[in-house]
Amino acid sequence: MQYTFLLYSNPADFGDMTQEDWAEMKAVYGKYIGALQEAGVFVNTDWLHPVDTATTLTLKDGEKRIHDGPFAETKEPLGGYFVIDVPDLDTALAWAAKCPAARTGKVEVRASAMDSV
Amino acid sequence: MSDGIEARITEVMRASYGRLLAILAARQSDIAGAEDALAEAFARAIDHWPRTGVPDNPEAWLLPTARRSLLDTQRKAARIEVRDTLPEEPVMSTNMPEIPDERLKLMFVCAHPAIDPALHTPLMLQTVLGVDADRIGAAFLISPNAMAQRLVRVKRKIKAARIRFSIPDPMDHPNRLNAVLEAIYGAFSLDWLSEGGADDLRQEAAYLADLVGHLCQHDAEALGLQALISFVIAREPARLRDGILVPVPEQDINLWDAGLVERANRLLAKAAQVNRLGRFQLEAAIQSVHADRTVSGQTNWRALSQLYAGLRKLYPTIGAAGGQAAAVGEDAGPTQGLALLDQIDAKDVASFQPSWAVRAHLLARTGQIQQAAAAYDRAIALSTDGPSRRWLEARRSDLAVGLV
Repeated sequence: MQYTFLLYSNPADFGDMTQEDWAEMKAVYGKYIGALQEAGVFVNTDWLHPVDTATTLTLKDGEKRIHDGPFAETKEPLGGYFVIDVPDLDTALAWAAKCPAARTGKVEVRASAMDSV
Repeated sequence: MSDGIEARITEVMRASYGRLLAILAARQSDIAGAEDALAEAFARAIDHWPRTGVPDNPEAWLLPTARRSLLDTQRKAARIEVRDTLPEEPVMSTNMPEIPDERLKLMFVCAHPAIDPALHTPLMLQTVLGVDADRIGAAFLISPNAMAQRLVRVKRKIKAARIRFSIPDPMDHPNRLNAVLEAIYGAFSLDWLSEGGADDLRQEAAYLADLVGHLCQHDAEALGLQALISFVIAREPARLRDGILVPVPEQDINLWDAGLVERANRLLAKAAQVNRLGRFQLEAAIQSVHADRTVSGQTNWRALSQLYAGLRKLYPTIGAAGGQAAAVGEDAGPTQGLALLDQIDAKDVASFQPSWAVRAHLLARTGQIQQAAAAYDRAIALSTDGPSRRWLEARRSDLAVGLV
């Protein structure tokens, strides 16, 4: 079963990070990805540019509308994700607890619905 | 259908429901699917058994029948065309291996941290003990519809998120065991005086507590819960007189099950050796004080006051606050008891029957008869079981004729 970790955090918490801090964070994430790969559960991950660079598009009302910014303003926007492949929720939660993003923000764990349709 | 067969089928349903559901739901974490399959199997049993007789091992008949139904539904859902027709009756095997008891795994699923704690007991009641949403809703003071919807949603989550049916390592997950214990106690406490049916549920909850206590012998709270439940069951023969509730301090101690009381005290002592105090051990200790009346001949209200104060500190509930007020009311005096009751948030106790009963009793003892009568009326109106209501009505009429 594939699980996606949606990583939410407050950008303000990273406001005063130095160059070294970023390098360290990158290394921490690199280690985490390495651990996922070693366990054979890693599927995919991405780290996204801040929400102020987002563009939102909809065709919902029959016409294409594009606007500058995220679809909803929140204090803790989505900042990235991981996709892993493990047997059950408890295993997914164990990996989520090791995710560096859990220490600085929140990790929402969602199971893939691809198998159930 | 003859009454005998009907009663026997009802009995089998009660005894086997949780055991079969735990097995059927485990593979796909699909509780709703297992419930449907089990309902189908019971429907078939009701159709077949009056003609064939109830099989010697009903579970060995029900499990394959339900499995087939589950498989059938899954095939339909997957739009696989079914060409082979399913046999009407399962093939009976005389040497069917013993069906394992997987209910503990089901309980850990019900009390999983990914599930809203408010739904742990309702889910356990429905899945392990087969209680319907109407009764669960009534016990939790919400509409049956709302309860049913919440349970449907949570079962969907268990399946979608694939919460595994397994027993976590108690060293890694002490809170997970506590959640299970809380939920079992919730099941045990459910309207236990209601006439008909509830006693079986209590026995079942007691069985579950014994099972957990047996599997987790080094957990102080698992032992505490087992002790607490043993104390309460030991007093069962004395709790009613002519269909009227008899409060513990007034019960005939000769009717208590001395063996069970001894067992409960032993379990509590064993729990104390672990040296990790908790809610259930404190509640069991309170019952142990009541049980000491068999030795001392009187209720030690001072000890009860202290234990309730400790319980309130460790595990604050309106039940503990009401119990403390009642104990202090006997030990220090009714005015002190009433003062404690007044400290509880009024909107918390508005619909909590026991605190109205305590208030009425304490008011009567201070001579405030009219206020006492009003409090009794409130408690009577809030009573959901006959024995408590009749007891309160008797107390209230004593009040009217000046017997207090």
